[in-house]
Amino acid sequence: MAKRRVVITGLGIVSPVGSTIDKAWSNIKAGKSGISPIDVFDASDMPVKISGAVRDFEANDYVPPKDQKKMDTFVLYGIAAGLQALDDSGLEVTEENAERIGVAIGSGIGGLPYIERSYGAYLKGGARKISPFFVPSAIINMVAGNLSIMRNLQGPNISIVSACATGTHNIGDAARMIAYGDADAMVAGGAEMATTPLGIGGFAAARALSTRNDDPERASRPWDKDRDGFVLSDGAGVMMLEEYEHAKARGAHIYCEVAGFAWNADAHHMTQPVQDGSGAAKCMHRALKDAGVNPEEVGYINAHGTSTPAGDLAETQGLKKAFGDHAYKLMVNSTKSMTGHLLGAAGGIEGVFTALALRDQVSPPTINLDNPSEGCDLNYVANEAREMKTKVGLSNSFGFGGTNGTLVFRSI
Amino acid sequence: MSSIEERVKKIVVEQLGVKEEDVTNAAGFVDDLGADSLDTVELVMALEEEFETEIPDEQAEKITTVQQAIDYINEHMKD
Repeated sequence: MAKRRVVITGLGIVSPVGSTIDKAWSNIKAGKSGISPIDVFDASDMPVKISGAVRDFEANDYVPPKDQKKMDTFVLYGIAAGLQALDDSGLEVTEENAERIGVAIGSGIGGLPYIERSYGAYLKGGARKISPFFVPSAIINMVAGNLSIMRNLQGPNISIVSACATGTHNIGDAARMIAYGDADAMVAGGAEMATTPLGIGGFAAARALSTRNDDPERASRPWDKDRDGFVLSDGAGVMMLEEYEHAKARGAHIYCEVAGFAWNADAHHMTQPVQDGSGAAKCMHRALKDAGVNPEEVGYINAHGTSTPAGDLAETQGLKKAFGDHAYKLMVNSTKSMTGHLLGAAGGIEGVFTALALRDQVSPPTINLDNPSEGCDLNYVANEAREMKTKVGLSNSFGFGGTNGTLVFRSI
Repeated sequence: MSSIEERVKKIVVEQLGVKEEDVTNAAGFVDDLGADSLDTVELVMALEEEFETEIPDEQAEKITTVQQAIDYINEHMKD
């Protein structure tokens, strides 16, 4: 069976650097940080007091007020990014095509704010105080579920959950569904809002977070020698994927092609990557093979690059294993230096940024990279955006549990 | 202090996201105000909260209109 080609025809975003594509992308190219002191709860006793919160989101633009209380924040963010992507694509949902359009949007953690509130209510007043909307507000597949209800999308409806690789895996698997013929179009990506006392406290306890509380905008600093962990952030990144001929026939604007995808596991440790980056390298290698792309054709990498001491070094080693000498010619960029780490939404927004980087032929900067640490010796596009000339970009995501995902995007 | 009727209607407006003028005494939560079964459960929880009372499930099931809610509260308010 010939593989059907899959292209991107719409983009949507909610993020700490902006909640429209235009605003987020111009901030990313300009190197603006979205990290700030936590002010949505009292973090004064927390070891970590900074996060990447969404500051410009208007839920009323997307969901009627009476329905908002039935959706935890990550659901609202995911719906907003999904609706942006759908509308950007211009694809009209009709009775005829509704069964051919689906949704694949996941989350790493899901409705943590609502879980915390409901447990608080339970401790105070018993089971009678648990809202009937608690479960349908908090479970992870409700972004996909609500979007299908709002826009009559009757195709496949799923949410892959794979920690920080969630967004990438949902996009990759959605592309496969289109390639295989299960659907002609899929709304795909990830959503997250876990910057709560348990979320911040839990990742801090795992020693995963930066404690640079006195200088939030400088806290996320991938590959820098003074990096000390990632910054937990909120938002959603979603794209409209469409079968190539389907998109062409209706004259849709095409950003680029989702040319290849691979996923695998380190099979090594709960939270640490294999130090030599071999798991990531195999994943990238297989994704290139899936795309039918030679390593030398790749010019841009949107790295996982979270700003953790172990992760950034392992990814660098993995890139060298996968690309050989060509690794030194790549532009390797971490947009997390500005957005922080959106967990399950990271692959979503980074897929969006990779598509835009190819469109505009520019790599965003990796900010706060003042002194690359030992062993981190690739071109990380430090501190200033650069023009580039390439048709192929990769986006990497790696998650707790040792799960990996790589997407290959190619200009048409 | 608002009357019980006003307080009940205010909660119905907030919980069901409906317009004030639609919340007549005769209005049914499901039939007239667009509530589903989960909305009515949460509406009862909000009434319990507002009036610091506990409405047993078998009583709650019988409260299907604005007037029935007002009547229930009137009958069961302690003060």
